[in-house]
Amino acid sequence: MSPSLSRRAVLQGAGGLVVSFALSPAGFAQQAAETPQHDGAKLPGSLAESPFLESWIKVGADGAVTAFTGKAELGQGIATALCQIAAEELGLPFAAVAIVTADTGLTPNEGYTAGSHSMQDSGTAIRNAAAQLREILVGEAARRLGVPADGLWVEAGAVAGPDGARLSYGDLAGGLSLHVQAQPTSRLTDPGRFRVMNRPVPRIDIPAKVTGGAAYVQDMRLPGMLHARIVRPPSYGARLTALDSSAVEAMAGVVKVVRDGDFLAVLAEQEFQAVKAMRVLAMAAAWQEDAKLPDPARMSETLLALPAQDFTILDRHEGGAATGTTVAATYSRPYLSHGSIGPSCAVALDQDGAMTVWTHTQGVYPDRKAIAEMLGRPLERVRCIHTPGSGCYGHNGADDAAADAALLAAALPGRPVRVQWMREQEHAWEPYGPAMVTKARATLDATGRITDWDYGVWSNTHSMRPGPAGSLLAAQHMARAFAPPEPKPLPQPEGGGDRNGIPLYAFPNARVVHHFLPDMPLRISALRSLGAQMNVFSIESFMDELALAADADPVEFRLKHLQDPRAQDTIIAAAQAFGWERGSPVEPDRGRGFAFARYKNLAAYCAVAVEVAVTRETGEVRIPRVVAAVDTGQVVNPDGVRNQIEGAILQSMSWCLYESVGFDAGRITSVDWSTYPILRFSAVPDSVEVRIIDRPGLPFLGCGETGQGPTGAAIANAIADATGQRLRDLPMTAAKVKAAIGV
Amino acid sequence: MIELKVNGRTHSVAADPDTPLLYVLRGELQLNAAKYGCGLGQCGACTVTVDGEAVFSCVTPILLLEGKEVTTLEGLGTAEAPGPMQRAFIEEQAAQCGYCIAGMMMRAQALLQKTPGASDAEIRRELEPHLCRCGTHMRILRAVRRAATAMQSAAAGETGR
Amino acid sequence: MNASRIVLGLGLLVAAGVAGFVALAWQPAIPAIEPPAAASFDPALIRKGADLAALGDCDTCHTAPDGKPFAGGLPLPTPFGTIYTTNITPEPKTGIGQWSEVAFRRAMRQGVDREGHHLYPAFPYDHFTLVTDEDDKALYAFLMTRQPVLSQEPPNRLPFPLNFRPLLAGWNLLFLRHGPFESDPARDAAWNRGAYLVEGLGHCGACHTPRNALGAERTGQRFAGGEAEGWTAYPLDASSPAPVPWTEESLHHYLGTGWHGMHGTARGPMTPVAGNLATLPDADLRAIAAYVASVMGIPDADARKRGEVLTAKATAAGPGARPQSAGSQTVATGTSAPAPDLGAAIYAATCASCHDSGRPAPFGGIDLVLSSAISGASPANAIRIIRGGVPAVNGTRNPIMPGFGAALSDPQLAALVTYLRGRFSSQPAWADVASAVRSAREGEVAAATPSSTPATPGGPGASP
Repeated sequence: MSPSLSRRAVLQGAGGLVVSFALSPAGFAQQAAETPQHDGAKLPGSLAESPFLESWIKVGADGAVTAFTGKAELGQGIATALCQIAAEELGLPFAAVAIVTADTGLTPNEGYTAGSHSMQDSGTAIRNAAAQLREILVGEAARRLGVPADGLWVEAGAVAGPDGARLSYGDLAGGLSLHVQAQPTSRLTDPGRFRVMNRPVPRIDIPAKVTGGAAYVQDMRLPGMLHARIVRPPSYGARLTALDSSAVEAMAGVVKVVRDGDFLAVLAEQEFQAVKAMRVLAMAAAWQEDAKLPDPARMSETLLALPAQDFTILDRHEGGAATGTTVAATYSRPYLSHGSIGPSCAVALDQDGAMTVWTHTQGVYPDRKAIAEMLGRPLERVRCIHTPGSGCYGHNGADDAAADAALLAAALPGRPVRVQWMREQEHAWEPYGPAMVTKARATLDATGRITDWDYGVWSNTHSMRPGPAGSLLAAQHMARAFAPPEPKPLPQPEGGGDRNGIPLYAFPNARVVHHFLPDMPLRISALRSLGAQMNVFSIESFMDELALAADADPVEFRLKHLQDPRAQDTIIAAAQAFGWERGSPVEPDRGRGFAFARYKNLAAYCAVAVEVAVTRETGEVRIPRVVAAVDTGQVVNPDGVRNQIEGAILQSMSWCLYESVGFDAGRITSVDWSTYPILRFSAVPDSVEVRIIDRPGLPFLGCGETGQGPTGAAIANAIADATGQRLRDLPMTAAKVKAAIGV
Repeated sequence: MIELKVNGRTHSVAADPDTPLLYVLRGELQLNAAKYGCGLGQCGACTVTVDGEAVFSCVTPILLLEGKEVTTLEGLGTAEAPGPMQRAFIEEQAAQCGYCIAGMMMRAQALLQKTPGASDAEIRRELEPHLCRCGTHMRILRAVRRAATAMQSAAAGETGR
Repeated sequence: MNASRIVLGLGLLVAAGVAGFVALAWQPAIPAIEPPAAASFDPALIRKGADLAALGDCDTCHTAPDGKPFAGGLPLPTPFGTIYTTNITPEPKTGIGQWSEVAFRRAMRQGVDREGHHLYPAFPYDHFTLVTDEDDKALYAFLMTRQPVLSQEPPNRLPFPLNFRPLLAGWNLLFLRHGPFESDPARDAAWNRGAYLVEGLGHCGACHTPRNALGAERTGQRFAGGEAEGWTAYPLDASSPAPVPWTEESLHHYLGTGWHGMHGTARGPMTPVAGNLATLPDADLRAIAAYVASVMGIPDADARKRGEVLTAKATAAGPGARPQSAGSQTVATGTSAPAPDLGAAIYAATCASCHDSGRPAPFGGIDLVLSSAISGASPANAIRIIRGGVPAVNGTRNPIMPGFGAALSDPQLAALVTYLRGRFSSQPAWADVASAVRSAREGEVAAATPSSTPATPGGPGASP
């Protein structure tokens, strides 16, 4: 079906107001059932799952344009970037486009805002939908004006033609229906003529955030809202054996104590009353604890001894038998915490059998499904609306807080309930990035080229997101408990623990095995970049170890083994911007390191060069200078890209130098910032420079996670350069560096 | 009832005297900027100023504050008319998730009010109690530097120097 | 006798005195050498030297804030003026790169530098004189294999005539007892080892012993308590204020970790010392603990009994013991009702949530009934900790306490401190808390000058 509707179709009653699809969730279920009408060619981005244009763009009678995305604003700036895309293709000024994000009642289902997919999936969908809408509007104008469409153009919210002809979008849209399926291809604006895209448009959400506007789910205040605090078990699997809540119930402002199996919470009129009540309630509860956690000092041994399911994800034999020098190494990383600055929060209201949850979950649709299952409610009676929280960097406590709020709201229908996790609860109960072990082995031939590569990674799954109700803490703890689901590996090419386990380098013989470990000693799930951080850390550290054995410059060594020209360009850009020169003199106790990866071998390319200064007496590592280059395909907001890469670099620096979840035989012990220290200003570099490689017209590539892996490896390589010591076990703390250096 | 002076206005608040200022600001006074990050004085997200000095509002009970002037981020300006610190953070786009930013800005404001010519090293040291998990540190430092320059030239302009 | 002969006689006497003084004060320069190659030192000797340097806290004084290790430049405030520590890296021009081992040993033993100048006893050579030749050799090996740093410290700020170094010869005559250490045959090897470590490189008395008007330790009051940078260094003798008496066991734990559940955490100037001590071989820590315990003596029966009661009562498990359930803080009882006095109200609303929570040491707030700061002779430490808190240490697990200097006015702080003394100590009330509060605030303002230490989180106070 062509983009422009025939008059006949309009007269047949598809008209009326444009794009005013049903606000009830049933509207989307309807859409999904209609069969695609294009010729089986895959629709671009998320249009494949939500093919109707009206799902993505709405034009009001007054001409107001609203974009809809199933992705969430997490602080990565995508709300702004998606508005840029829509504004570009519709020829509108940026300020003329509004956006609605992640709401099961209003937006398409785009799963999780994760995996750096937002630009690739939602950006692509919105771009194509906007471009196709533009063509429809132009076509309608042509029809009304009785002129050929190619004589018309769009400007400032109208379709214009010669001799002052002008029809506003609002006017045009009034006579159209956008219940029209998208086409596989669109006439996209030429990058050379961008007005809004590839421009550092200031973010739409920052002004409110710096002037005290209501910007977060934590800022919501609904009439009659109650404040809730949870009393969580003291360790995994603890059972609540005794509770005398009479003293708590008598406290000022307390409305109700809710106990459902091992789920325990208190609700009060005012927030501090809830906090005080929670503490008293915690003392009134007795628990039977059972958990047996492994020895954190022997985590690698523990992981290697767990039962494993082996998946060979690469098995290439294209060369002769291995001869020459063989190098082998084992690397490890501990459990890592998301460490969101704002502990998780959610607001829920159960009104007339309809449950609404305002939550900062990354996946409103999956979380809603899990909550509906937990409560035993029909899916269409539960609505999850994404409302920003603090940065989550993956699956933190947000989904669980949403479930907590829903469970409590169901206990007090008609009253909004706000659940705020405490700092200690966020640290202790969030699902961590899994501890991992990797082993690498490779052989160099006489020319210093890698001929054989063997790599294995041992890891839990990297996603226990809802999913099923059993993913939610509240559902696991309530009396009618849901069992946690069976962990499953995320398949390649995305991967979980094996994400970026396959090197981008061209080795004639290469084998990569993912040793998937179903047993999870600690609660784990997705942390920014999933297994990529550790695999890139390992591979890129190992490449330097091989370069050393081959007496080769680390940058040249990598270029030699790459065939992907964009990868080579990225490496060269970073090296040049850094001033990387072989054999350049370095001060004592200073070093340089380099690393590169293409996230998932599918998304953005990133190369990182760092300079470190090691204080020999203390082992302290400072990083005065970082230079990164990134190729993220067609750039929408260059400032947003820079912000994400800078952020990934500093966050990964913190992970790799300082962080490890602490636990003893029964409990998590890293419960606040004193016991889980992260980067502070005194250790922040003097300069971080990000070079963006311009790729006009190429597909969007997600860049939100591409900096995590290379940063860690670059630091390890720089420490090795500065001290002659190779550190393979994260975190590279001052104590470890000092122990390696000796006196 | 305790009388609190916040952003130049006096409020009679009903909260108990042992209530941390943070909850009074966000609850009774409906001010959003100061945030709950830890409740332990470890992260800085709750920072406001009291008589020009930065304090953690999450560990400061209101019984300490009678007769003192509390300033929150809302007191530095609005979205329509942002103050120099706020303008600087907007111009530098110094936020990712933004949750830590209000606290950073208040500590920086207190520093620059006392030490208008604060060096980069002093700014860095002053912000040491504050955590940012998104890694926005470089921009935060640039924004504070930008605010310092703007505030100094404004002051120079006022005195006609 | 005629007048001219008397004058001549006096003149000769004075000349003899001056000559004698010059003879005393004058020290020859020891010839400069080429800096020895790092490879010329035995690694085992360097390793031993590293431990000795940790015991001696060389890096703590000889490193400026944001400076390179051992490169000097730290300003040391003394009652006589400010002295800047010297560069003891093996850099030839500005460090000790041209010092022979003999020159180094003379500095340690007699407080004289290579060129023959007297060093100020801010460098505790009155303790380091006890170090044996063998240990000096190891220290020398360690220092000469550090990273050379070109750095000249600023000139000392001492008023005339204190800047006239030869006067120190007189000071040495009065107060320096030359080493090396001599064992006490009446004591066993472990005690002697402890005595050697503590009295020598440990130089614990330099802070923990009161000093006279000329800045020398009062040998008759060894370990009766002293002062460092405005902080009280608690007595280590029988007058130790610790509510639970220290034992050899608890001292050993404290020295090895920097904290103890019944005492708290090392704070103030003791913080870097504790960090260094924690790196020492365990046998040395045991020896130090044994010696200090012997200096403290056996506590009397009452003190022991009180200690037992406190140990049994202290830190009942509160929510802080299970932080993942509900946070690491507690609810002080009766916080909604008006408190009997301002100090009590402030404690209940501000401090009790952590200090009463039952969160275990070292990350939990100590139950104040165990605190030496509250039971000590001076309120100085309590005031400083409350004002400045316990700052986070980047990248390391470390207790964090927010500072309350900006939130508490001087009268509020004084009321709180007075209340804490009354409630958590069996000692008599402190005199003049108000002036102690004021001098703490003034000390902070003085310290927070651009060239010196970083601003504390509490910050200098607002004007009254």
